[in-house]
Amino acid sequence: MNTMTTTTPETATTVLDASGVTMRFGGLTAVRNVDLSVKAGEIVGLIGPNGAGKTTFFNCLTGLYVPTEGKVSYKGTVLPPKPHLVTQAGIARTFQNIRLFANMTVLENVLVGRHTRTKEGLWSALLRGPGFKKAEAASHARAMELLEFIGLQDKADHLARNLPYGDQRKLEIARALASDPGLLLLDEPTAGMNPQETRVTEELIFAIRDMGIAVLVIEHDMRFIFNLCDRVACLVQGEKLVEGTPSVVQADERVVAAYLGTPFEGAPGADEVAEVEAAEAHSTTRTEGETQ
Amino acid sequence: MTTSTHQTTPVLAIPTPVARAATAAGAALTLGSTFLAWTWTSEFPGDLTVTGYPGGLQVLTLIGAALTLLLTLSGYGIKGLRWLTPGGSNSPVRLAALGALGTMGFTVGAISVELGGVVNLEPGAWIGLVGAIITVAASLGLPHDQNITDTTEPTALERFLNSLRAPTPGRPKELPSWAEILIIVAAFGIGLFVATYGIDTAYPELFVGYLIITGFAVTALFKAGLMARLSALTTKYRSIAVAAAFVAAAVFPFTQNTDQYTLIAVNILIFATVALGLNIVVGLAGLLDLGYVAFLGVGAYTAALVSGTTASAFGVQFPFWASVLTGAAVSLVFGVVIGAPTLRLRGDYLAIVTLGFGEIFRIAVGNLDGVSGPRVTNGPNGVPNIPDLNFFGYNFGESHTILGFELGAYANYYLLMLLAMILVVLVFSRAGSSRIGRAWVAIREDETAATAMGINGFRVKLIAFALGATLAGIAGTVQAHVQSTVVPEMYVFAGPVPPNSAFLLAAVILGGMGTISGPLIGAALLYMIPAKLQFLSDYQLLGFGLALILLMRFRPEGLIANRRAKLEYHETDQLDVPDETLAGTTSGTTKAGA
Repeated sequence: MNTMTTTTPETATTVLDASGVTMRFGGLTAVRNVDLSVKAGEIVGLIGPNGAGKTTFFNCLTGLYVPTEGKVSYKGTVLPPKPHLVTQAGIARTFQNIRLFANMTVLENVLVGRHTRTKEGLWSALLRGPGFKKAEAASHARAMELLEFIGLQDKADHLARNLPYGDQRKLEIARALASDPGLLLLDEPTAGMNPQETRVTEELIFAIRDMGIAVLVIEHDMRFIFNLCDRVACLVQGEKLVEGTPSVVQADERVVAAYLGTPFEGAPGADEVAEVEAAEAHSTTRTEGETQ
Repeated sequence: MTTSTHQTTPVLAIPTPVARAATAAGAALTLGSTFLAWTWTSEFPGDLTVTGYPGGLQVLTLIGAALTLLLTLSGYGIKGLRWLTPGGSNSPVRLAALGALGTMGFTVGAISVELGGVVNLEPGAWIGLVGAIITVAASLGLPHDQNITDTTEPTALERFLNSLRAPTPGRPKELPSWAEILIIVAAFGIGLFVATYGIDTAYPELFVGYLIITGFAVTALFKAGLMARLSALTTKYRSIAVAAAFVAAAVFPFTQNTDQYTLIAVNILIFATVALGLNIVVGLAGLLDLGYVAFLGVGAYTAALVSGTTASAFGVQFPFWASVLTGAAVSLVFGVVIGAPTLRLRGDYLAIVTLGFGEIFRIAVGNLDGVSGPRVTNGPNGVPNIPDLNFFGYNFGESHTILGFELGAYANYYLLMLLAMILVVLVFSRAGSSRIGRAWVAIREDETAATAMGINGFRVKLIAFALGATLAGIAGTVQAHVQSTVVPEMYVFAGPVPPNSAFLLAAVILGGMGTISGPLIGAALLYMIPAKLQFLSDYQLLGFGLALILLMRFRPEGLIANRRAKLEYHETDQLDVPDETLAGTTSGTTKAGA
């Protein structure tokens, strides 16, 4: 039933493969039987109206939730349902509402991201052997490199909470990149950003893709998502409605209906067109209001 | 910053030159009065009847007045004194003047109350008091060190509070490194002297005066920017500073003739060491542990039971190194056993469960008496007669003469406890600034985000909990030998005698979470205040409650703020300003203010 078209060649390795993911909270099914795969070098978008289950699906992928049914595998191995093991395997994420370590400095935030890629435990910290110093220096170098990548190298010593909103979003991405992921999950990376900042973020995500990291991104900004993504999937009420290239999804009536509501049966008359336009205008003002 | 251009008027409208001259004159008057008699009878402790040299509380007033005078003269721009005030130049004068007035006023009040009326005051006391009042009043006429940026008209109280604030000092002049090291050494020497003076205060009045004058003087030095200079130096020569601090601490027993105050110092060290261990759990990892004293108890009981005392259920006598290791290991096991189930809880739930485990320890130890349970700990009677330590024939219970100084029993234990503290400080600083330390702080900040960054939350929290338990256990093994008896009632949640769980937590919060020196200072204050001011006994806990509430209102980061907390509470709006501009503005304001 789903239209499946991809722009990437079939030979690219599959980074993420989620099949039949279902998440129930008691009687409520938040995500129902969703299949999604992300291939290496791909940017995949996940859209859907509020409450469609996008973030729940993300949480299932990253081990914050254990899916009721279905399995998630990363590069062929099934992921364990523990967030830290998922990160260790190579999936890093950001959060919809920024969850930086507010009272740590910018640099420390990125260093925490290095946690899974370093091994120094308590004994090594207490004894301070040469291995410890080397590892610390390497971590610092890598963290500074990432801060330069996002353009925050001059604010390394500032507290994360004192950064402007846009910089906090960027820092969250840098922190996620610090774990050297093969797949980056971005949960509404441009929420609350002005068009200019959104464009910068777009460039940033392309640059991340060029580093060889696959990206799965949730977003409400349609222009952003259709510019950015190789493939877009639309979730509605926990189910995947459609998946395909941006143009396919954009043209799909069901997607439009899901966002704007279904018109009455039969050919739309002039009244209905006006109604849709009104609804459209209303919905844009609403989303703008929400992002403030 | 153009918002702060309008000048905030002084609290009292006095022409600046007049105010400055009057401040200096008042301070000189107070200073002179300390050489006169303040009362006619030596019944008031400290003998303030002598004309010619100061005694007791007069010395403290003298120090306050002298500091005020020096800072005022520095405000005149006298060469050779200007280094005293690289930060604010007038707010430290006000603070020092308030400190002098505080001790002076307290002395006058104490004499009047204790001897029954102001008639007991000699003219000298009146001269001093008038001088101190003149100093404070005149200092309020000095200009502010920084203006109120708020556009609304400030109230008198706001202006008064602002008059005590000062900008941070600019970059210091480069000194040769030997001079800088000398400054560090001198600073720690002064620190040792001040601490020793506090521990050695013989009567409550003197201790109250000591608290007043040190409180104000230290704040004044902070506002003057000297403390910022010093901390810059200690960061530059970190290892030298740490060594100097410990040498200063090690010198303490050599300054004592009797064991009386050394015992206080040993207890402060035990309390401070345990508080520092708790700071790993609470301050770094953010795990609110309300039963921490139980781990001290585990260490102490373990050491007691293997010490060879006849009261022990086990007829073994371990050498001290082995009993330390056993104590640490048993505490570690207890930490893991208690931590493994409880650390799955977060926040308040963890606090309640640890509170419960702390009490379970005490009650369980009280019941292992052969009646309610197996005979291990002798129940409420505890384990008495723990023998003194003996290192290669060096008996800790006897006095030894070293370099012509006589070291009593407690002095030996003091030095041993100092070693334990060095160990804890080392563990704290090394663990804190490493991968694991960052993971602890990340868990404290946001556990969900931390696990999403690949941190195994449970494992990392368990390491913090177990490490804290081990360090407390090590302190406990020394404590058992110092006290020579361990009883369950030493390890309660809250009680009049520290260390107990509530006081440990209070020491950490009062001193400053996540810092090394914070809990040390917090523990010293919390131990000394009840020990020195025994007349307070009934109101002590009330007093602590009030002190903590006031602290949370006015200085939520504790007495010593760590770098992070300082940013967290006091730097909310200026981070986009580059540092150079900031320094430029402050020096500009200083010039405008002086």
